[in-house]
Amino acid sequence: MGEASKTNPLSAIPVGHATIKHEDMQAHHHHTHAPVSRHEHGHHVLQVEDLSVGFRMYEEDVPYFRAKQRETEVIDRLNISVHVGEIVAVVGASGSGKTLVADAVLGLFEPNATVHGRIWFDGELQDADSLQKLRGHGISLVPQSVNSLDPLMKVGRQVEGFAHPDESHAVRRRRREKLFARYGLSEAVAGMYPFELSGGMARRVLVCCALMDDPRVIVADEPTPGLDLELAVRALGDLRTFADEGGGVLLITHDIELALQVADRVAVFENGTVVEETAVANFASPDLLEHPFSRALWHALPEHDFQTGGGSPC
Amino acid sequence: MPRFIARNIVKFVLLLLAVSLVAFTLVSVSPIDPVQANVGQAALVNMSEAKRAQLAEYWGANTPLWERYANWLTAFVQGDLGMSLRYNAPVADVIAARALNSLALMATAWAASGVLGFALGILAGANRGRLVDRIVKGYCFLLASVPTFWLGLVFLVVFSVQLGWFPFGFSVPIGVSAADVTLADALHHLALPALTLSVVGVANIALHTREKTIDVLESDYVRFARARGLSTWGVLRHHGLRNLALPAITLQFASISEIFGGSVLVEQVFSYPGLGQAAVTAGLGGDVALLAGIAVFSAAFVFAGNFIANVLYGVVDPRMRKGAGRA
Repeated sequence: MGEASKTNPLSAIPVGHATIKHEDMQAHHHHTHAPVSRHEHGHHVLQVEDLSVGFRMYEEDVPYFRAKQRETEVIDRLNISVHVGEIVAVVGASGSGKTLVADAVLGLFEPNATVHGRIWFDGELQDADSLQKLRGHGISLVPQSVNSLDPLMKVGRQVEGFAHPDESHAVRRRRREKLFARYGLSEAVAGMYPFELSGGMARRVLVCCALMDDPRVIVADEPTPGLDLELAVRALGDLRTFADEGGGVLLITHDIELALQVADRVAVFENGTVVEETAVANFASPDLLEHPFSRALWHALPEHDFQTGGGSPC
Repeated sequence: MPRFIARNIVKFVLLLLAVSLVAFTLVSVSPIDPVQANVGQAALVNMSEAKRAQLAEYWGANTPLWERYANWLTAFVQGDLGMSLRYNAPVADVIAARALNSLALMATAWAASGVLGFALGILAGANRGRLVDRIVKGYCFLLASVPTFWLGLVFLVVFSVQLGWFPFGFSVPIGVSAADVTLADALHHLALPALTLSVVGVANIALHTREKTIDVLESDYVRFARARGLSTWGVLRHHGLRNLALPAITLQFASISEIFGGSVLVEQVFSYPGLGQAAVTAGLGGDVALLAGIAVFSAAFVFAGNFIANVLYGVVDPRMRKGAGRA
């Protein structure tokens, strides 16, 4: 945890979300709902408000010794909500800083980062410390690739994890065996090292890592790299099941087609903020989309002739 | 596997040939006259010309380099390392007696610098940019730039002369018969040279381990482990150590050569009767049999260190173990 994020914890002013009465109306909090979106206990399972992430860094085009530190805002007053039962996709260009949303929700900050904003989990306002406690205990990450596994440790032991000292190893192991059986991974996989996994096995292992900790929210950060659309949609079936069983998924992707296929709602990410958070159904026609960038995305879809008019998406 | 062993044996033989040849050549081109070096300046002046020639003939000083090398090599293959001019004893005996002292010194320094360097490196890497890191880094930079012999002299001045905690030199107390030397005496004499040698070794290992720790902590798998709820120390304990072990082992076994080099200087400063000191004596005295013997011994020693590192690679890293098994 960096110094900056300690001096600027997610500020604890309970305005906005908590005071709004939650009914299943079509539009609130600047977003529209999908049919499956539910407000369990009258609130979102995850709510991010006015999130800003900045970095202190040295000026780049100045001689080395004269370069001063300055603050660069990468995420700027971003809002997003995850309901129970839905997959929300954050769609934006590669390298635009989407991953920082995942980092912020997980309380993983670089030492030179400054983070402002409010994050609610299950109706409770969080700060940097409590977000850290929620890692693996409510919010779980599904990372991009097998590189996120320790290359020198057997897969089974890694899926079982180390961050739950309250549960005995035997309990964790049985739980892992059940998950492996459910996701079609044989016990032999548990004895393998990450470099021995095929791409498909690796993805299921990573999902098992997340489910092992029985989360309410899964943050999936580009979980299907290099897969074509059809395979990617199938690979994300596991997250669909998780959402259908009452979880919430925050899917971070650069692939608008994939988002439209598997997500219930899409948050369009541009210039460090979510410019429009809308139900997938609204992508049926550009007239239903409010922001010019969302409309540009719509036009850029293959079935709409890849037009790039109205601003260049991605 | 048999190919691996065969290849290493060939490498080893070639290495020994090269090392012994270089030792022979260097001694023969050195300006030191073996006759003068071995009988002493005063005796040489008083000696008759005929006596000098007789000695030169006896020691083979006029035999051509190739012939001498061939003679030595033939004897070496038959297990005879020759006689040492300076110690007037079989080279094998000189090396055996001295290697024991040197190995005790090097093993102590090697283990201490390895353990301490590894611990300090992790401590600094995990606290990058904080005060602890700066102290460890400053300490390492300082030590890495300090010459070993100078540090040895400083330690002698401080701990032996001023504080009187340790003896001034040698591996056993002066004036005590060999039978009466206790293990405590030996350790007492070993302590300061070993400390000097390990303090210098720590810097290298700590800085490398620190760098590697930072790499590991920035890796994707550590980010993921932290995202699953592990603290920095938890991450280091469960994922860091095994990933840091591999480079540490390599470094540790590769550092054998450096420790060996350092031991020559340290033994000289502390008048510690080890191989390093014998090598200096042999070099200055034109004692080519002893020098070649020591060169071959130390080459074998360093080769063994690197070979062990190679084998341990496979034991620690499943990617290499299983990869090799499949190929």
